[in-house]
Order: sequence, then structure tokens, then C-alpha cells
Amino acid sequence: MGPLLVSVYVFVLAGFLGFELINKVPPTLHTPLMSGANAMSGITVIGALTLVTVAAVTTSVVLGVLALILATINVVGGFLVTDRMLSTFGGRK
Amino acid sequence: MIATEVTAVLALGSIALFVIGLKRLSRVRTARSGNALMAAGMLLAILITLLEIGLVDYRWIAGGLLIGGGIGYAIVARAQATQMPEIVARFNGFGGASSALVALSLFWAEVVEAAGGATAAATLGAASAGTLVLSVLIGAVTLSGSVLAELKLRGTLSGTPRIPIRGPLMGLLVLGGAALGGVAAFAIEDAFVAAGLVIGLVVASALVGIVLVVPIGGADMPVVISLLNSLSGLAAAATGFALGNELLIIAGTIVGAAGLILTQIMCVAMNRSLVNVLIGGFSGGAAEHGEYGHVVSADPESAAMVLEAAQTVIIVPGYGLAAARAQNAVHELAKALERQGSQVRFAIHPVAGRMPGHMNVVLAEAEVPYEMLREMSEINQDFAETDVVVVVGANDVVNPAARTEPGSPIAGMPILDVGNARRVFVIKRSLSPGYAGIKNSLFEQENTVMLYGDAKVVLDQLAGELAANA
Repeated sequence: MGPLLVSVYVFVLAGFLGFELINKVPPTLHTPLMSGANAMSGITVIGALTLVTVAAVTTSVVLGVLALILATINVVGGFLVTDRMLSTFGGRK
Repeated sequence: MIATEVTAVLALGSIALFVIGLKRLSRVRTARSGNALMAAGMLLAILITLLEIGLVDYRWIAGGLLIGGGIGYAIVARAQATQMPEIVARFNGFGGASSALVALSLFWAEVVEAAGGATAAATLGAASAGTLVLSVLIGAVTLSGSVLAELKLRGTLSGTPRIPIRGPLMGLLVLGGAALGGVAAFAIEDAFVAAGLVIGLVVASALVGIVLVVPIGGADMPVVISLLNSLSGLAAAATGFALGNELLIIAGTIVGAAGLILTQIMCVAMNRSLVNVLIGGFSGGAAEHGEYGHVVSADPESAAMVLEAAQTVIIVPGYGLAAARAQNAVHELAKALERQGSQVRFAIHPVAGRMPGHMNVVLAEAEVPYEMLREMSEINQDFAETDVVVVVGANDVVNPAARTEPGSPIAGMPILDVGNARRVFVIKRSLSPGYAGIKNSLFEQENTVMLYGDAKVVLDQLAGELAANA
């Protein structure tokens, strides 16, 4: 099995996993769940990291740094805002 | 080699943290720890990547992480509770933009700057080049769609202008963008021509996002937000394919699938199909702006007298509550009613507000006890035995037209049957229609009394009257 096919297998199985994980979520959690999943989509931060490993200032590096900044905002802000929402739910029930 | 295997095992740990975290995030009791686990998984993923990169120039990396982290922290620290939907939309756009930028950066580094006179497909491999185009397309759609959604949520942009031939236009833009990207990646050997075509792809994709979101109005916003959320995950997954990074593929795909499920839940709550929402089903209601017949209104003093005698009260919050920042005021009213011995509950419609579960977040911010909140299916049969219903800034979700008028734009949408209660107070600024743009016959019912005014002001007056007379 070539690496591409492995990736396709991973993609399909991860899709099923995502569907199973989110089944039957109480409406109270719809917003935090979306917000948390959104923070997780900031995973592109690791893609950006691999592209800005040189000191040079080229178009590709500038694009990569922009990607890194936006992805980090998404990750840090996303998890913080989710935690803030959940802190108001917390403790009860 | 050993290092590669160590990082691969650690990556599995990161995925496990994501999966367990997401699972815990979907239960009220464990949600907060779930979010923390997911954040830990992300930190681990970043550390693994730094380990893999090895010794390089860290200046850009450190700078990017610090600046991004600082901005992310500042945005959340400065945000008001009522701004949560906008913030989620904004972060979502950033995620999509980031995926597109990673793909663009890869393209520039390997094709444009290398100027090797070979196509992207020859340099990167066909699969990587193809998914790179996909990543730019989905990422740019997510960005422009989210920016527009944020502007609409803020109220900077209002109205739902119709775009003629929107469906074909969108199809044309998607196919055109994909064609530009495809030609750039597979057929063009000249780096500058390829770069130009890719810029065309970015522009076309951004236009798709705008055309997609512009005609979609408030009540459909929860659907759009969760769809955009799903797209940002798929963009990350496409980037993962382009870079050959399994961790990106897995995390991105899980988000994509989860977002789709949530989108589906929202659609079911409105009894509409996703296609119907995306076509802009609410925009056809212009002709149904009926004039109102006999509408009774009252002042807070006389309403408070009715509330004093009520044994059972149900409060129905809507977007107007969040817009007026009246969540604390409504909690004060609930407390005043409970002090006089009334039973008070909140009825939450699944699509009330502007994002999935919006009302729950807003009320939780005011520390309204979780036990007072009831879902639509739990409470709908109780309205008939309720003395007083107080509707605060909700409109379409309590509009009987959904049930009685088959031709109505909201026909078939499950609604809260507030009209069955003995008395209904509707706190609203005016008789202007809700986002669906249609008349609400609830306001004309004999048992309905309008309390005109800002939700916060009226609620404060009601609570004040109750306290004064206690």
C-alpha cells in the first residue's frame, strides 16, 4: 500500500471517527463543541511550522509566517474562548 | 531513524488526546477537562513538530507563535459574552486562511521560488499538487465566508440581498477556480504564469465564500457557522494531504466530520435540508409582510401585576436578549419570580440566537442555573398549563405560521407553542419582523400582550415592580 493510499485510509477512518464522536451531543454543548473543534482545526499550525525554518525573507516564508500567526491565534484563542464558555457552565450538574 | 519513530509514537499520543478530549467535550460534566485535553494534544503536536524540524533558524517560529498567541489571548480577554458568535466566526476564518496560506507557501517555496521549470505536479507529486489546490480553495472560501458571517453577526452588515443566478454563479466560480488551480498545478511550467493562475484561484474562492454567505439571514446563521467550521477542518485535512502529514489529515478530518454532524443537527431543528438553507430559503418572504390587525400592548407596571399572580412562568429567550445584553436582567426577573413562589423555567429553541446553542451560552454567562433550562421537546407540552410566558427578543421560533401556513418561508419548522399559555408577554422593540422577514400572528392573539422597549430596560422594570410589591 503506497503512502497516498494510507493517507486515504486515514482520512476515511478519521471521518467515521468524527461522526461517531459527535453523535447525541446535548444542545447546551453545541457552541462549546463547535468552538473547541474550531480550535482543533488550527492544527495547520504544525504545517506552517515546517515552512518557516529559514531566516530568509521570501514570499513563501512571508506566507508561512502569516499562516503561523493566524493558526496560532486560532489555536490559543479557540481553546481559551471555549474554556471561558465552559467555565460559566461548570460546577453545576 | 529512532527519532522518527519516537515522534510517530508521540503523534499517536496527540491524536489520542484529541479524540478523548472531543469525547469528553460532548458531555456537560466533563466538557471543560475535554477542552483542556484537546489543548494539550495541540501543544504536544507543536512540540513533536519542533522536534522533527530539528535545529533550524527559530526566529520566525518563535516570533509567529508569540505574536499569534498574544493576539489570540487579547481577543478572548477583551471579548464580551455577547460577542461569542462573532469571535467563533473570526477564529474559524483564521483557521481556514491559515490552511490556504500553508498551501500557498508550499507552492511558492517548491514551485515559484525554485523556478525549476517543472509543474507543481512534477515537483510535488500529483496527489500533493491536487490537494494543494483544494486546500487553497476551501481555505479561502472559509475565510471570506467567515469574515462576512462575522460582519453579519455584529450587525455591521444587515439585510439579505438576493444575488441573481446565485446557484450557477457559485458553481461557475468553484469550477473556474478549480480549473485555474488545476492548470497552474498540472500544466504550467512557467513559474510566473502558474503563480498568476493561483492568485486567480484565491480570488475566485474568496468570491465563492461571499456569494455563499451574503444572502443568508439570521435564523440560518447557526447552520452557516457550523458549515464554515466543518470547511475549516476539511481545509486543514487537504493541507495535510498536500504536505503528507497524517496528524493534519486526522485532526482536520475529525473537525470536518464533527462540523457536518452539527450542521445536520441544526438543519433538523429547522426541519429544512442543508441545500434549502444554502439556497437562501428565507429570502423569498418579502411579499408576506402583512399588516398587523389588533395588537394589544401594555406597560411594565400592569404586566408586573399579572406576573405577581402567576404560579408558573416560562421565559423564552431569543437573539434580542443577547443583542440587548439582557441576560443578567432576565436572571434577576427569574429570581424575583422565584422569591414570590412562582415556578420559573427557560424554554430554549435549538436555533434561537445566532449560533448553535447560543442561548445556553448567554444564560450561563449570567449564571442562570442549568436546571432552569429546558429543551423544546421537554417543555412544549407544558405551555398549555402555564400561567404566563415571557418572550424576550424571540420571533420566528415562536411564530405559529410555521404550523398553520404551508406557504410560509418557515413552514414546517418546529416552534415553541407559547400561544397555548394563558397569557403571553412579548418584549420587543417594535412589530418589525424577525430575520425570516414575515409577520408573526402570535402578536395578534387575544392572550398576547406586547411590552414595547429595549429588553434590558423592560426586564429591569418588571423585576423592580415585583421587588417593590413583594
